[in-house]
Amino acid sequence: MEKRFKYLEHTADSKFQAFGKTLEEAFGNAALAMFNEIVDINTVRCDVQKSIEVIAKKKTTLLYEFLENLLYLLDTEGFLLGKILSISIKSDEVEDRSLSLNAVIAGDSASGGYEVIGAIKSVTYSDMIIDEKHEKGVMVQVLIDI
Amino acid sequence: MAQIQVDKIENDVFEVKKHGNMNVPLRIFASEKLLKKMQEDSSIQQGVNVAGMPGIQKYSIMLSDAHIGYGFSIGGVAAFDSETGCITPGGIGFDINCGVRLLTTNLTEKQVRPKLKQLLDVLFRNIPPGVGGESLFKLSDEELDDVLTNGMKWALKKGYARQKDLDHCEEKGTMPGADSRKVSPRAKSRGRKQLGTLGAGNHFLEVQTVGQIINKQAADKMGITRQGQVLVMIHTGSRGLGHQVCSDYLRRMEDTYPEIMEKLPEKDLIYAPIKSELGKDYYGAMCAAANFAWTNRQIITHQIRKSFHEVFGEFCTPEDIGMVYDVAHNIAKLEEHDVSGKMKKVYTHRKGATRAFPPGHPAIPEDYKDIGQPVMIPGSMGTASYILVGTQKAMKLTFGSSVHGAGRVMSRMKAKQEFRGEDVKQELEKRDILIKAATMKGISEEAPKVYKDVDEVVKVSHDLGISRLVAKLLPIGVVKG
Repeated sequence: MEKRFKYLEHTADSKFQAFGKTLEEAFGNAALAMFNEIVDINTVRCDVQKSIEVIAKKKTTLLYEFLENLLYLLDTEGFLLGKILSISIKSDEVEDRSLSLNAVIAGDSASGGYEVIGAIKSVTYSDMIIDEKHEKGVMVQVLIDI
Repeated sequence: MAQIQVDKIENDVFEVKKHGNMNVPLRIFASEKLLKKMQEDSSIQQGVNVAGMPGIQKYSIMLSDAHIGYGFSIGGVAAFDSETGCITPGGIGFDINCGVRLLTTNLTEKQVRPKLKQLLDVLFRNIPPGVGGESLFKLSDEELDDVLTNGMKWALKKGYARQKDLDHCEEKGTMPGADSRKVSPRAKSRGRKQLGTLGAGNHFLEVQTVGQIINKQAADKMGITRQGQVLVMIHTGSRGLGHQVCSDYLRRMEDTYPEIMEKLPEKDLIYAPIKSELGKDYYGAMCAAANFAWTNRQIITHQIRKSFHEVFGEFCTPEDIGMVYDVAHNIAKLEEHDVSGKMKKVYTHRKGATRAFPPGHPAIPEDYKDIGQPVMIPGSMGTASYILVGTQKAMKLTFGSSVHGAGRVMSRMKAKQEFRGEDVKQELEKRDILIKAATMKGISEEAPKVYKDVDEVVKVSHDLGISRLVAKLLPIGVVKG
């Protein structure tokens, strides 16, 4: 998957846009953009694999929870994200139309001698955009509290 | 975007009149120059949004260091009726009980200078940033619950604190009403390995000297006795645990109150009625996270005492390091305030604002009864910090609140483009300020020029009388995550 994201101006925190041909790709790129604020993701060895499952009713909540799950892995296991191996988003058509995201990710432990350049307090809903009709396919915009 | 009409009431006091959905007016306490800065983004709109929340009393308040935040602006204060009002995570912040603690030492700048580099290295080793790493203090489930319920009382029991530390802390380091059962297992897992860590971003630990004593009587009471005396300032909060509590309850409130959600101008402004189950649960969890933050700053204090002793031997024993005070600047509390001539119970939300209670107030320590509650205002990296005391005027104007810091003006992205960490470090070294940081990039993001002028922010508070200057502190060494 191509890494595509860009950072925007914001006075106090970090705001970025991530792009993809599909919603999945854009979500994956948003995760990489977020971790790039913590460590240069290109330097992270992808020795450890993990899977993540998130369920939500709305796409914005799904994105928020996906990113927050990654911060949880950082705080509890020292996990630094390096790569998204696979990601899928499905809607439960039979029951309550809830959305589920399944991702397999790869990275390494922060104790592996990385230069940690920052910390993130939280994902926020502020200025969050999920644009599925963007000229580049799908664009998601996220603001994180640093 | 149309500019919101702001009227001048008197010097340093501005008002946005009640209009649209506002229940009360918005009051902005700032100089013309600082007000102009706020008008550059949508912070004033955020102050207006807060004025429309249920049960808000008197006015929505923005202090001179206000800048854009989530829901509330940073530098925002609002008090809500304790029966009909609301409680909102967006009015407290993700970093629950982010705050400042100030310690005194018996050392002078002359004694510390020769060993400053070694001291910073030892402090950095004993108080790690803890991003993706581990604390030197690991807790069992029972102990973590004990910390969440009892805050600094736990630290006292464990030998990490002295009674005087508790006496000199807001709420004596234990929020009444903390309920560890309302803190999710996820939040607990995130906090378990983070006690005694600093975090990154704008959090720091600073070795300072007394630059100028302005109010000698008050300074004496605080143990600040002479120019050149070395002090230590700590700025950090509740780490991943507090962030997760905030996040958990934003989600729960969003799910529980879709009809409120729909009408909100900004999603992060979601609230729960204060008397609802969810409102009560959040308050209990928020108080528990506040206890975690106070305990965090206490463990850091313990490590500072150990570090100074390690470096200075018998010239500075742990007993030689005292505590001036510890204030929360991201919190909501049940307080009594005068509203239209009647004393009334309210939930005061301070987000990037410091409590500033006056002399004689029952909530402040016995030692400070005559002078008022100490208010610590950290500057940005490399600039002065200030100690002030709370006043009666603050009770009248700002629900007993003052500013909390300089407030950012330049984005991290721009800072990284404009300044190189190495240059900032050298620039500071030229001014005899040493810095020990995890990375150079972190230094560039926090370069002194990315913040508002702390001198001006503090001057407004002093001139208005919502707190009064006691001393000016100058940095000599900075430890940054």
